[in-house]
Amino acid sequence: MSILLSRQSRVLVQGLTGREGTFHTEAMRAFGTTVVGGVSPGKGGTTHLELPVFDTVAAAVQATGADVTGIFVPAPFAADAIMEAAAASIPLIVCITEGIPLHDMVRARAFVAQQGSRLIGPNCPGLVTAGEAKVGIIPNHINRPGPVGIVSRSGTLTYEVIQGLSQAGVGQSTSVGIGGDPILGLSFKEVLTLFRDDPATKAVVLIGEIGGSDEEVAADEVIARDFGKPVIGFISGRTAPPGKRMGHAGAIISGNRGTAQSKVEALTRAGAKVCDTIEDVVAAAQATIT
Amino acid sequence: MKFLEYQVKERFKTAGIPVPEGRLARTPDEATRAAGALGPIAIKAQVPVGGRGKAGGIKLARTPAEARVMAQDVLGMTIKGYEVQEVWCETLVEIARELYLGLTLDRDQRLLVLILSAQGGMEIEDVAAQHPEAIARLHPDPWRGPQPYEIRELIFGAGLGPLQAALVPLVMKLYSLARTLDGITVEINPLAVTQDGGLVAADGKLEVDDNAIFRHKDLVGAEEAGEDPLEAEAKRRHLTYVRLDGTIGVIGNGAGLVMNTLDLVQQQGGRAANFLDIGGGAKADVVHNALELLAMDPRVRGILINIFGGITRGDEVAKGIIEARRDLGLKLPLVVRMTGTREAEGRKLLEAAGVAPEVTATAAARKIVELASRG
Repeated sequence: MSILLSRQSRVLVQGLTGREGTFHTEAMRAFGTTVVGGVSPGKGGTTHLELPVFDTVAAAVQATGADVTGIFVPAPFAADAIMEAAAASIPLIVCITEGIPLHDMVRARAFVAQQGSRLIGPNCPGLVTAGEAKVGIIPNHINRPGPVGIVSRSGTLTYEVIQGLSQAGVGQSTSVGIGGDPILGLSFKEVLTLFRDDPATKAVVLIGEIGGSDEEVAADEVIARDFGKPVIGFISGRTAPPGKRMGHAGAIISGNRGTAQSKVEALTRAGAKVCDTIEDVVAAAQATIT
Repeated sequence: MKFLEYQVKERFKTAGIPVPEGRLARTPDEATRAAGALGPIAIKAQVPVGGRGKAGGIKLARTPAEARVMAQDVLGMTIKGYEVQEVWCETLVEIARELYLGLTLDRDQRLLVLILSAQGGMEIEDVAAQHPEAIARLHPDPWRGPQPYEIRELIFGAGLGPLQAALVPLVMKLYSLARTLDGITVEINPLAVTQDGGLVAADGKLEVDDNAIFRHKDLVGAEEAGEDPLEAEAKRRHLTYVRLDGTIGVIGNGAGLVMNTLDLVQQQGGRAANFLDIGGGAKADVVHNALELLAMDPRVRGILINIFGGITRGDEVAKGIIEARRDLGLKLPLVVRMTGTREAEGRKLLEAAGVAPEVTATAAARKIVELASRG
């Protein structure tokens, strides 16, 4: 067991024939993911990386039975790609693309919710179920199967945690990068709820950052309410000055809302152990599991 | 992308949102002529920061002669690091009451939100804290947009029922301006109710989504004018850079990782001079480019590079560091923490060049803080 993604998942790649799509599809397959085809409008009927290419997501789903899609299309077209996947009723949509206009995302997200699909991202590294399957760009070699679930807003910081845990002998169930944009699909709250109900996950590491209040909501509404599993938290951007935008469109603090302090306090109050460094996160996870 | 007040007001005017009549002046002569044409005016410094009034950047002139003196005062002033090169001269508005109308992103609801308050003029955050009943919100359906009945609910919710006839079309115009321009913050504050009951946008803010600039190529914003020179240089180099107030230059890949590196520097007793994210898959030339930028900053006493190789390759980063050190004759202390893809190859290159890489980010932060304080 694990959450969202398993070796049974049948994965489609939107933007398969592009540079990013090609590179990461090869890595995903090397990891063991069952990639069933790709979508590149105008290239339907051809093959790429020995995979069938379709003009539309609907045609791809019909031919392949895909139930997950990874989106690697350029930002101006990505919101449309998300909606196309939702319209084709793909249950899990993972959008890696960075830099999607926010007005587009507000609309696309509302559409996805209405269609009943789940969206991860955008501007995220995707997700990995260690030893089973991966959709996205998380490096292959750092993952190791085990009992710790990871949910994170950052990309490289997620890799740090995964690698640190693996090197310490602590494996992961599923690692989910929910993305750094202001308008996201799945939130901490939703992913934590999935981890709560997953028997294979014994503890959860939550990597948050300044901006928004998803961490606070997850702390109050999930972790504090009989979560039943240890949660180890970490918040980056503690020293970022207010009002400065730190690369992620999301990482901006306004007023008291969304500060590192407010997140640390909310998580601590909910019973999570909040660490100051990634090394401490790894040590805490190790202590929890062994 | 942000805009100066006069640029915002030009956009408002085009969108049908009433604004005071005004003219831009770059010299006292131009301000004098503006007062001659408009009568009593406010002379307002055009800088992309708040707090102009307190800094003395807004003056009232009753006559053209006064306008000349006032403009001489304001032009050339420095407000929060920005030199005033232009003043906006506009007709004085007889304000009976100040309201607030704004649109921004509500991250938690994943929607745009329209905000209307019966108390404008001051910081909307303070009003929200002290008089929450004075603030009404509307999250329009992103596909349908706000409907008149919803806007009326917003208006009655803010206790502004008597102004509904004038407010409904104004809210509609603000929303459609935001949609048209990909505005992620559009504010009218204060929204002035004049003595005769009309509505005028006395001041305004506009921020257009940088991700959407590709479809608004005609837009000219404020940023190039008064920006921090290092941030402007970073933009020319296509680097994601934010200037901070410390002495340790920081380079890393990934926003979360770099933010964490800033935190680690502070935990070790130092202060970062900047945030610099070289992103995923950076090649040697990007690293070179980033180091060159930090070398321009006279405050920097040492540089910390923190790389997690996912798509980014350790050997590429090492090559960039070594070349940049050689080309720039870089004498500053430099500490590199590198892990992930091609870590071993990168380390070997660095060690051969006399840079000993650190294994953990914490150790690297400790070392650079120590080296920089020694220099």
